[in-house]
Amino acid sequence: MMIYVCRRLLLAIPTLFIMLTAIFVLVRLVPGDAASVILGDQASAASLAALRQKLGLDQPVHVQYLAFIGKVLTGDLGQSLSTGHSVIREVLLVLPSTIELTVAAISLGLLFGLPLGIAAALCRNGWIDYVARVISLVGLSFPAFVSGILILIVFAIQLGWFPVLGMTSGSGSSVLERMRSLALPAINLGIIMSAYVMRVSRAAMLGVLTEDYIRTARAKGVGPTRLVMTHALRNSLIPIITVVGLYFGTLIGNSVLTEIIFNRPGLGKLIIGALNARDYTLLQGLMIIFAICVIFINTLTDLIYGLVDPRVKYT
Amino acid sequence: MSSATTTLVEMRPMSLWRAVAQNELAWIGLILLALVVAAAVLAPWLAPRDPLEQDIVARLQPPSAEYWLGTDSYGRDVLSRLLYGARISLFVGFVSILTAMLIGTSVGIVAGYVGGLFDQIVMGVLDVLLAFPTLLLGLMIAAMLGANLQNLIIAIAVTEIAPFARVARAPTITLREREFVEASRSYGCGPFRIMTRHILPNMISDVVVMSSLWLASAIRTEASLSFIGLGVPPPAATWGGMIREGFENILDAWWLAVFPSLAIFAVVLGLNLLGDALRDASDPRSSAR
Repeated sequence: MMIYVCRRLLLAIPTLFIMLTAIFVLVRLVPGDAASVILGDQASAASLAALRQKLGLDQPVHVQYLAFIGKVLTGDLGQSLSTGHSVIREVLLVLPSTIELTVAAISLGLLFGLPLGIAAALCRNGWIDYVARVISLVGLSFPAFVSGILILIVFAIQLGWFPVLGMTSGSGSSVLERMRSLALPAINLGIIMSAYVMRVSRAAMLGVLTEDYIRTARAKGVGPTRLVMTHALRNSLIPIITVVGLYFGTLIGNSVLTEIIFNRPGLGKLIIGALNARDYTLLQGLMIIFAICVIFINTLTDLIYGLVDPRVKYT
Repeated sequence: MSSATTTLVEMRPMSLWRAVAQNELAWIGLILLALVVAAAVLAPWLAPRDPLEQDIVARLQPPSAEYWLGTDSYGRDVLSRLLYGARISLFVGFVSILTAMLIGTSVGIVAGYVGGLFDQIVMGVLDVLLAFPTLLLGLMIAAMLGANLQNLIIAIAVTEIAPFARVARAPTITLREREFVEASRSYGCGPFRIMTRHILPNMISDVVVMSSLWLASAIRTEASLSFIGLGVPPPAATWGGMIREGFENILDAWWLAVFPSLAIFAVVLGLNLLGDALRDASDPRSSAR
């Protein structure tokens, strides 16, 4: 077990390096160079040179690369060009609200997607199955901002059940208010999440239900609830966990759009702010943080396999 | 995976089509898609007005007999902009998916055929690409390159290369061991000829089947990037851009955001329905489910 964990963790290191290299190359793809884009057309040659020196753009590429990797490894992602604060600080400031939203969306997704998927699998080709499949396809077809806008129009503007302007400045608001402002964005992401979970849990359950050991259990007289809960569900968890893990990346992407629509602070709004302000160090820092998050979640997903399914070989 | 791919190899286009034709949901998808394609092709004839023509007097008009879907904050006709927007959405989607298909499939076949360390490195890089959220990757590339049509296509194509490579690689690995490949190799066929003449034709249906699902994803990404402001710049009519403008007036002009939203939803749903049916039909194990 320990060897498996160590091996899996070691595997994350080359992946991280590939991602960091890709980000380094991407930032250097900026037409002209970052300094001229940040300062605009009217910048003087002196201020351009000063900014290039500050960003390290006057160094040879390999020196820049080594400096970049070195800084990332020591946890220094640089300063935001627009606010002057460190990138880490900017991220930590908004991270709690993004985590709040993500966790709420994943919980909603599992809460609705899992039972619906199991029900659809048990009544294969029945009306529940049909309805569940259509619902999940509809859920998968909405880009997050489209469903977000429609939800906002119906529930916040027309019906007035929820605040239109999203999160009130944070600290002073009561738990109830926070929940109320969290509700619509979380439902928006939760719908898409449950569509994914429903599809996968249906397919996984169908696969497991045809196995011999299920027939044996049924023949032994195991009741339907126990059959599903202990025999079938546990064995179909791996693909479901994979999807939740994989979807985490999509969830971050979708939370960018959701945060704009519902005017919530978070990583998404930070990205858009950085884009509009042409704040390249903040953008680069955010990319690195996203890359680390994605690698972390993927590694975690792999490790959870071993916990859920003892058959996963620790080699 | 291997048993699915071997059944797929023997699949004929006609039987694939027959299986799809029996699926009602696939027909709904086809009809939705046909409507959007027709709207895009016939936009100059169908559109009641010039999509760029501004009329300040008639700004923010709700839907009426004169303006079926209302007007925006510049007094431009929403219906006309919606029809012309279909062109950009479909064009960007098709071109970026074709680019990704071309690059991704080639990479997948070569990696699968050559194998060994080369395969491991290529697939390692592609896995990283795959792990990164599509929208964020597209957003970063578009942001770094600058917002215009060409860069938008590049950004979306890059996000879709890895899935194509994966789908092309899997059957290549089984195909390269098959007798007919072995036979042509013994006749003295070079690797390029084997890959293009013997392996590609036997797996192209897998790639085509998946491409309708990824076209849906590409159109979704295009709309999302345009919404963020990284799409084809204004005043061109794009669905994502229209929603962006509509969102600014969301409190007093709901129609601005709602109609382009429904249009995106319709085309993505259509492609998903069709893609699902194609995939089920091409994989007998999944269609039995």
